Formats: sequence, structure tokens, C-alpha cells
Amino acid sequence: MLTKRIIPCLDVKDGKTVKGVNFLNLRDAGDPVELGALYSQQGADELVFLDITATLEKRKTLVELVKRVAQNINIPFTIGGGIGSIEDVSACLNAGADKVSVNSSAIKNPALIDQLSREFGNQCIVVAIDTRNVEGKNLVHSHGGTKPTTLDTIEWAKEMQERGAGELLLTSMDKDGTKSGFANDLTAYISTHVSLPIIASGGAGTMEHFTDVFTHGKADAALAASIFHFKEIGIPELKQYLSREGIHMRL
Amino acid sequence: MKLAIVKYNAGNIQSVIYALNRLGIEPILTDDVDELRSADKVLFPGQGEASNAMNYLRNKGLDKVIKDLKQPVFGICIGQQLLCEHSEENNTDCLGIIPAKVKKFPPLDKVPQIGWNTITDLKSPLFKGIDEGSYVYFVHSYYVEANPFQIGTTNYILPYACALQKDNFYAVQFHPEKSSEVGEQILRNFIEL
Repeated sequence: MLTKRIIPCLDVKDGKTVKGVNFLNLRDAGDPVELGALYSQQGADELVFLDITATLEKRKTLVELVKRVAQNINIPFTIGGGIGSIEDVSACLNAGADKVSVNSSAIKNPALIDQLSREFGNQCIVVAIDTRNVEGKNLVHSHGGTKPTTLDTIEWAKEMQERGAGELLLTSMDKDGTKSGFANDLTAYISTHVSLPIIASGGAGTMEHFTDVFTHGKADAALAASIFHFKEIGIPELKQYLSREGIHMRL
Repeated sequence: MKLAIVKYNAGNIQSVIYALNRLGIEPILTDDVDELRSADKVLFPGQGEASNAMNYLRNKGLDKVIKDLKQPVFGICIGQQLLCEHSEENNTDCLGIIPAKVKKFPPLDKVPQIGWNTITDLKSPLFKGIDEGSYVYFVHSYYVEANPFQIGTTNYILPYACALQKDNFYAVQFHPEKSSEVGEQILRNFIEL
């Protein structure tokens, strides 16, 4: 039986993990590759690396990171952060990335997703959707969730599936950073109205939140950052707990 | 040991190369007939679309070369599917080395299958030291139907052949290069065949 997935997300800037990571057993707590390897040993099912470095040579920065991760880590990983063209995706996949995550570029040019899935297959194209509730409507936001668009989140999810996304990474900006649980209703609605795997993100605070997002939220995977980085919840404990709760986990 | 990886137009080869590097192997990536024939082991990995891959292999004459290989050959993911007779993906005639058919998952659950699933009914030296029910990583929309050359079973929507062996040809649907220690052991087993 296919398991639900637990995915730590690492934000990387100038080659270092951002957010206060404090792992005593790492030589360099800020090294994304070392931190990723530790998560992998602890049983993470996948990793997401989001490169938020703003440089003119963005592609070069991404490729360097991908190469180091791929050389050292033996579980799948997704790379995201400013990926906007076939050339960017090609460079990341050739360097050893398993999947790429596309966000703002898909909003600017939705046909990019058609091109990418034709060129590389839909299995490696993750579309990241940042959503926020604005006056009762779930609207897609671009540029790291800061700029509202007029796109309805559910319609956008369906369009991305039709255009060739292989997976959706749904981040609730309403929930992100609140530690009050995932956006379960919206996640469940999208999960039942598109046929792609859904990675839920934003709001993880307790182990129960993960149970909820896999049961009520019908998510296929759950992504979190700070609770893992600050060691509030350990991945082995979380997976043991979820397994006891009847959620299928790789232990 | 000389390990050759078949160079063709299916992607995601780099992570296989890195996985082999971690096991101390420096593979060569080649579409040269002599290099492939003279290798001790041949790896046939890749992700991509079946008809494009087959067209490329035929144009380069690699279809015949692969069929005639006598050393252990290991197909991974699309590599497994291409070793079969026929794929529903764009109605493609494949290499026909293993008499099995590749079908699209019926839309009774999410497609592609992405994530970790179990492998059972393991019967091959490829799985030496691997426990029944071990987890490995899958990403695919097409699967190989149950058949007499099946050496492993996975269940997603239906039970299917996640691994095949016929003579010197071995193949798996999952990605050993991305399947943590279990995957490493399977790659090591292939190297040591």
C-alpha cells in the first residue's frame, strides 16, 4: 500500500539554510545538504529545497545546490525557487533533481506547465500554489504568497492538472506560521476534485495536525519546516505516532 | 568492473550515476555499441515517454544492441517498461525482450503513483538480503501487468509486476537510486551478480 509522505522543507539562502536551525550533531547546522541528510536518516520520505537567494545567476546557484544534494542524499527531492523556463528545469533535472517546483512563473505564463510536462514528463513537475482567503474567496497569491491574483485556487488547481502538473504543493498562507493546523477543508476539496497527489503545507504545529491533514484533509503528503528545524517534533516520533493512528507510514 | 549506462533520450540519469558513485562505481554513460557490448554490466534507467524513447533507440540502432546483450542488464523505471513487448503509452511497440504488457493505471486512484510502496513475493538474487514488504520509491503512470517473469509484486490500484527477470535481463519499476538503504542494497546486488 502506498504510504503517506512526510516532507521537511529547507529554505536556502546563499547556500545556507535559513530559519534558526539548531542541530548539535551537525558540523555545520546551516548546511542544507547535511541537514537534508540528517532528515533522510531520520526517515523523511522526501525533501524540498527552496532556494530564496536573489541573484542574477539564479540558475547557477540552483544547479550547484542540486548537485550537492543529489551526490549525498538517497531519497527523492524537489527543488524550487525562481524556476521560470525550460532551461532552468532542464539544468536542475540534469544535475540530479527528481522534481522541480514552479510557482510564480506558472501564474505569469500558464502554458509553461504544458511545455514542461511535454518536455520532461508530468512526474517531475510540481506546481506550488500559495492560497489565501480574501473576503471569503480562496485566491492564488504569487511572489512567495505576497501578491494576490484574481485566480480562484480550486479552478487554478484544476487548470494546472489539465496543463500537465504531476503533483500540487498547496500552501495555505492563512495557516502558514500559525501552528494551528493545516487548511484541511480546502485541501480535502482540492484532493477530491483533482486526480493528482496533493502535498499540504502551512500550519503544522502538533502531531495531531498531521493526522488531521491525512484523514480530513485527504492529503497525500504533508510538508513542514520550522517544527522540524526547531526539533519541536522529531520525524521518527511523528511517523510512529501516525502509524499508531492508523495512517500508513514507511517506518 | 566496467558498468555502462545506456545513453538515450530519457532523463534523470544523473541521480543513478551519483548512487553508483556512492557504491564506489564510476559508470560510463554511452551509446557506443562496442562500449555497451564489452561492459560487465549494463544499466538501462530513465524517465520519460515510451514512444519517444523507442524512436530514439531504433534510430540509433540501440534496440538490436540491447536485445543481443549477454551480460546482466538492469532496466529501471521506463527502462523496465521498454524491455517489455508493448506499452499503452502512445501505443508503442517496445523491445520485446520480456513477454509482458505495459498498461496505464485505471483512474480509480491518483495517477501518477508517487511515493513509497511495498515490494513482496521477491524471488531473484537481485533481492538478496531484502525483506518482504520493504519500501521503495515509485513515480509512474504505467505499470507492467502480472506475468510469468515477475520477480516482485506491488499493489497500487491493482497488483502488478514491480520487478522482472528473464535470462540476463533484470528490471524494476521503482527507483533504487532514490530508495534509501533498500535501494542501495538492490543496486549492490545487481553489481555483484
